[in-house]
Amino acid sequence: MILHPSVLALVGSALLIGALLLYSAYWGARILERWDLSSGSEVQLGLERRTHLVSTLLGYVLVFGIASLFLFVFTADSLAPLFTGAMCAAGSLKASPYGYPVLLLQIGGFSLAGIWLIVNRADSLGHDYPLVRFKYRFLLAITPVLLLEMMLRAAYFLDLKPEVITSCCGSLFGTGGRGVGSDLAGLSPPLAGGAFVILLAGAVAAGLLFRLVGRGGWALGVLSALLLPVGLAAVVSWLSPYVYELPTHHCPFCLLQREYRWIGYPLYGALLAGSLTGTGVGVLMPFRSIPSLAGTLPAYQRRLAGWSVGLLAVLAALVAAIVAGSQLRIS
Amino acid sequence: MKRPRPPTWLERQRYLLDFTLSSLGRRKGKNLALAALYTLVVFALASVLLYTQALRSEAMRILEGAPDLVVQRVVAGRHDLIPGDRVERLSKIRGVQEARGRLWGYYYDASARANLTFLVPDRFWGKPGEVVIGEGVARTRLAVPGEPFPVLAADGEVVVLKVRETIPSFSELVSSDLVLLSEPDFRRLFGIPPGLFTDIALTVPNGKEVSTVAAKIRGQMPDTRPITRAEITRTYEAILDWRSGLVVLVLAAALLSFGIVAWDKASGLSADERREIGVLKAIGWDTSEVLAMKVWEGAVISLSAFLAGLLLAYFHVFVTPAPLLAPVLKGWSTIYPEFRLTPVLNPFIVSTLFLLTVVPYTVATVVPAWRAATTDPDEVMRS
Amino acid sequence: MIRLQDVRRVFHQGRPDELVAVDDVTLDIADARITVLRGPSGSGKTSLLALVGCMARPTSGRIHVGDREVTSLPEHFLTEVRRLTFGFVFQQFHLVRGLTALENVMLPAYPLGGSRKALVARAQALLDRFGVGARAHARADWLSGGEAQRVAIARALVNDPRVVVADEPTAHLDSKLSAGFMDLVAALRDEGRTVVMASHDAIVYDSPLVDHVVSMRDGRIVRGEP
Repeated sequence: MILHPSVLALVGSALLIGALLLYSAYWGARILERWDLSSGSEVQLGLERRTHLVSTLLGYVLVFGIASLFLFVFTADSLAPLFTGAMCAAGSLKASPYGYPVLLLQIGGFSLAGIWLIVNRADSLGHDYPLVRFKYRFLLAITPVLLLEMMLRAAYFLDLKPEVITSCCGSLFGTGGRGVGSDLAGLSPPLAGGAFVILLAGAVAAGLLFRLVGRGGWALGVLSALLLPVGLAAVVSWLSPYVYELPTHHCPFCLLQREYRWIGYPLYGALLAGSLTGTGVGVLMPFRSIPSLAGTLPAYQRRLAGWSVGLLAVLAALVAAIVAGSQLRIS
Repeated sequence: MKRPRPPTWLERQRYLLDFTLSSLGRRKGKNLALAALYTLVVFALASVLLYTQALRSEAMRILEGAPDLVVQRVVAGRHDLIPGDRVERLSKIRGVQEARGRLWGYYYDASARANLTFLVPDRFWGKPGEVVIGEGVARTRLAVPGEPFPVLAADGEVVVLKVRETIPSFSELVSSDLVLLSEPDFRRLFGIPPGLFTDIALTVPNGKEVSTVAAKIRGQMPDTRPITRAEITRTYEAILDWRSGLVVLVLAAALLSFGIVAWDKASGLSADERREIGVLKAIGWDTSEVLAMKVWEGAVISLSAFLAGLLLAYFHVFVTPAPLLAPVLKGWSTIYPEFRLTPVLNPFIVSTLFLLTVVPYTVATVVPAWRAATTDPDEVMRS
Repeated sequence: MIRLQDVRRVFHQGRPDELVAVDDVTLDIADARITVLRGPSGSGKTSLLALVGCMARPTSGRIHVGDREVTSLPEHFLTEVRRLTFGFVFQQFHLVRGLTALENVMLPAYPLGGSRKALVARAQALLDRFGVGARAHARADWLSGGEAQRVAIARALVNDPRVVVADEPTAHLDSKLSAGFMDLVAALRDEGRTVVMASHDAIVYDSPLVDHVVSMRDGRIVRGEP
């Protein structure tokens, strides 16, 4: 265990947010069990009012999730000197088997919470709670994922022992080693980069098509959902060497540092938000035929698609600027 | 039923924010007390974080210039002077580029009541009999270039040196207490015979060989202790982190009571406020709008307390000498001369602070806020 | 037209303190007419008024506002119907203390968004119409009873509702002000608005301006037409 203020902040907030989540899940289960829209009883009215509470709580879970994701990376970064051989977050995450799973679960959990909020917004557009059952089943399904992340986060910090010898990001994300990091870095950069660029172009095209003609919603959903993992992999294997101007440096975390003009924040932000809104469009596709949503859902999806296209265009512009502005040339 | 143009989200939020601000203004007393407590909590935590982060980056700055490996002689478990012939033996070890004996030590200055660091630099640019002093020393001794600088030698005699200049500092913690002097003066003052050094610094250009070289030294000279720069760094980090963590843990009690007060304030709505929310619900505000207003209220209180607390802490740590914290966190000699820290503020500190303070506040107030927002619209008619 | 069919409202259902506030009420409220619910206190007229005004959902029965069935709407949509269709005047006026008269009038329009300038102009025009324009920037707690009521009426009208609902509107007014209030109500009807009031004040229910009086006792309607 490392007694560091940020560690305390991360573990403490995990406990509090976990409690909020459990509370939401409890009411989600109650709603699933006792929901009866045709009843005018006080019980039903109470449940309907609980839905406001649950969506507010999930909104906070999302906001605090983003904050803890960043703090988690910062903390790992600042703990690096405690581990022999670790020079940035990459090394500290490697210092415990929980490190990387926590990071991946955080990204996944935060994406699921975002999708939930999109579904929740869609539900409020219909006058008869059209998605209430889907929404709360979904909530009960993602709660364990989010709770698992928070538990592993605490386990990670408990497990850290300052003497552990880990690797610095150069060797972890170097092409010679083994493990997830090197596998990602060892992906052929043109392959990863190519797949990413094609997916990105496809998602933007599908988004534009959907925005303008109202077709291609499924394609947008699938392409944006794929874009998140492929994009993260492409950043490691293909894009980061352009930023560092070193063909062998593949660290995804150093992008967040001042030396690289904090380019990681807009880059990851646009990737996450753009792919989430796009995925949201796809998730809502099956509900277009529900009578109470037929009038309002397409407009909401178009708005989401507009956001997605805009954010992905920002992403594309950033990527293009990085590649064009770099001294490095990968042949 | 006619339907006006659907309101844009932004327009609606602006009205809600306006109303929230005016509603906060109308209940200044209650909100000020809470905001003051909130600010105090942020201030305390921010002070700890800023202070340790600043100490940490000062320490890193010192260590940047530190030698790769330092070899000390240990006699009966205690640090002792090391003979000069070791310098040559050490420089022959494979991987070592250079070895040089260092002379440095501490001097308790009774007149300034402070501990000073005396150091013979690699190449002292003054003449024997002259000293170059740090700004902290100049401050406490009121010494300016050209003035005499009397020092009590080990044999009880007063040796009068002359101040040549003061060192302009990029980091006060590094140079504040420093007195640079020539080798003969150092040996005379502390009574160290020629051929003995405080320790030996090694330059090992290849970072990967440092531990191999250290192991070799331990084998060849069992009476020495090689210390690598990485080890010093780690120790510094661990101590600073651990200290600040401990203080935060102590403050957790304060945080908890703050959460309870926030919850209590949020759930114990005044009759006036309850009535106001009832009226809003009755005249057509929806639960989600009252809730949004409450969320805005929390955001406004959090943001202002957060900024105020952070600014106060910044002032406390970097402008004043952190009178409330220094004794706990600085940790080494309290008779160390006064120094000023180089300001540090980064997203890391801000996000730690955010999770430590805003999360508990929000968690404590969200359920009471929701409860207030779900007041029955017809309640004002029933009363 | 607002139609209520077999409407019941029960508080604390299934508990020992269960209370039937409105019991099997069937009622049509005509458009552009003044309807008064009369009865002693506790007769259920305020509860019925809350149901008519979409402030609460009935425990059973159906309510149609125009041709829209509102009984099964979630609260969120019910609120939307309510704020676009109804304006409310309460017994104690319920102005928000500390805000000015003008801000009070603007309050119901905040959730609807729209331009602030247009809203201020609309609110000021309403205050002018009811003769309290000069008091626009006075704080609500400094208004006299008569002024407060006029501000409350202006507030009820700010979203231009088709129906105005008033609960015991004359309870805090003297006879002269009450008669004046009835004239204002008649003017609203003449603009084509529907007015529904609950009152046990003879000045209200005996007024020749009233089109329709519904008497209530113990949550039931005792007699249809007067």
